Amino acid sequence: MAQEIRLLSTSAILGYGFPEASLKAGLDRQPHVIGVDGGSVDPGPHYLGSGKPFCSAIAIRRDLRLMLNAAVRAGIPVVIGTCGGAGGAPHLALVATMAREIAREDGLHFKMALIEAEQDKASLKRRVAAGRVKPLARQPALIGETIDRATRIVAMMGPEPFTRALDDGAQVVLAGRASDPASWVAAATRAGLPPAPAWYAGKMLECGATPSIPKGHDCLFVTVRDDHVDCEPTNPARRCTKLSIANHSLHENSSPIHHIEPGGMLDTSDCRFEAVSDRAVRISGMRWNPAERYTVKLEGVELAGYRSVCLCGTRDPLLIERLDDFVESVRGEVAVKAAAFGARPDSYQLGIRVYGRDGVMGAREPLRGAVAHELGFVLEVVSQQSQEMASAVLGMARTNMLHTDFPGRLCREGNMAFPFSPSDIEVGAVYRFSVYHVAELDDPVEPFGIQYEAV
Amino acid sequence: MALIKDVAKVCKSKNAGPFELTVDVVFGDAETFERVKATGVLCAALFARLYQVREQDVLFTPYDAAFAFKATFPRLVPAGDFGDTDVYGCQQHAPLLDVDLPI
Repeated sequence: MAQEIRLLSTSAILGYGFPEASLKAGLDRQPHVIGVDGGSVDPGPHYLGSGKPFCSAIAIRRDLRLMLNAAVRAGIPVVIGTCGGAGGAPHLALVATMAREIAREDGLHFKMALIEAEQDKASLKRRVAAGRVKPLARQPALIGETIDRATRIVAMMGPEPFTRALDDGAQVVLAGRASDPASWVAAATRAGLPPAPAWYAGKMLECGATPSIPKGHDCLFVTVRDDHVDCEPTNPARRCTKLSIANHSLHENSSPIHHIEPGGMLDTSDCRFEAVSDRAVRISGMRWNPAERYTVKLEGVELAGYRSVCLCGTRDPLLIERLDDFVESVRGEVAVKAAAFGARPDSYQLGIRVYGRDGVMGAREPLRGAVAHELGFVLEVVSQQSQEMASAVLGMARTNMLHTDFPGRLCREGNMAFPFSPSDIEVGAVYRFSVYHVAELDDPVEPFGIQYEAV
Repeated sequence: MALIKDVAKVCKSKNAGPFELTVDVVFGDAETFERVKATGVLCAALFARLYQVREQDVLFTPYDAAFAFKATFPRLVPAGDFGDTDVYGCQQHAPLLDVDLPI
């Protein structure tokens, strides 16, 4: 059994960037594995649907180049989960192509594993028919029609596929959608360390230096031992404190003490946080409770339409004081004129978001009576028909925001400020989350095909 | 009396998946945490009222080890759906800042 495993996470997401000096400082401490989380569901459904990354390809390539060079020269593995942001097949392919190009350009050679997470619809339907798919977060049961409508569905792998790839000798492991800590858990448990500190370490590493202050996208060095985890940022300008670690332990989970993961639950209720220096914190007391059934999360999206948007604003107090009536008039005008050119009322949604009033919190905004001296608007149309129709209805909304009359109006010209020409932006396809379920597995590796190649 | 923004070290909101929002309040030391906890002001009912959700839909958990309280409840609109105002859910903490704690 290993006495300790040293893990170096370069950033919160591949493509968020990190100082090169931080990577070097981490390498000086001889990590056994370096890696980074490649994505998140947080930027919303668009990226899984479109197949595009939410970090730019330019930024991803910069981070990947430094990491591949560092790992190959140090002779250690590099593991990256949820490649390309959403972890579907096109996202994984994007990062794999970059890795091959970088290797060719920089003269690097390695064995690469690509772990697929995108799920084919037929096998998913078989899992549903076998009664092995359950909804999460109050969602309806998964049915065949929902699977058929989905643009793309991924399953979120646990550590086992990473373990398999590393055991098979892959030095570069690129994976599709994965539980954020999974790659780190694989690195620690295959060295013989127990799952509790391994999962806790993964929870810290998945966001790079986020569990430090000042918060920033930078490298985090974590040492995993039998009954504790030590966290320290490699950049001397940052430090981990008990508060910064405790704060991060609350990150993106519904419960602060019960973290449900593939294969079990990390229980942090009795964790202890202890400063081992003014920059490093030791966490102990975590427990791992294996689940009766092994489950992985499913994420899927479907097409919701096509969006066009327009930004504008008003500085007219006479308009601001009768805004609700004005917006209602605009909506009425748009409905009539859009119907006249063939946009059925049930085929599009018109949103008029009011920044300076409730643009950020919507119906949950508690300050209902506050009056601003200026207001910003985001006009949006989502058309189920086409992008062209979305833009046509939006154009009508924009024109009517500019010209629709109201009682007491003094500015008899157009009465709306547009910051840009052109004023309207075609945003493209809009997706919505339609699958958010868990699937029970007999074999944690089975849904995740692994391909090996010599690069 | 003390406002949360004056005594907490962290007050934040974030998605917990695409359908839920999670709000955290973290205090700097055990003593403050225990005094706040003893007031009972931070509870499921408070979040239900501030965020207009049913109390039974609020998962409220004090986390003693981190001097923290966490509340998780449904989003107004799923992340990225038409009408969503905050895809990451990270600007929904403001109503908590002015909650008055009798400590």
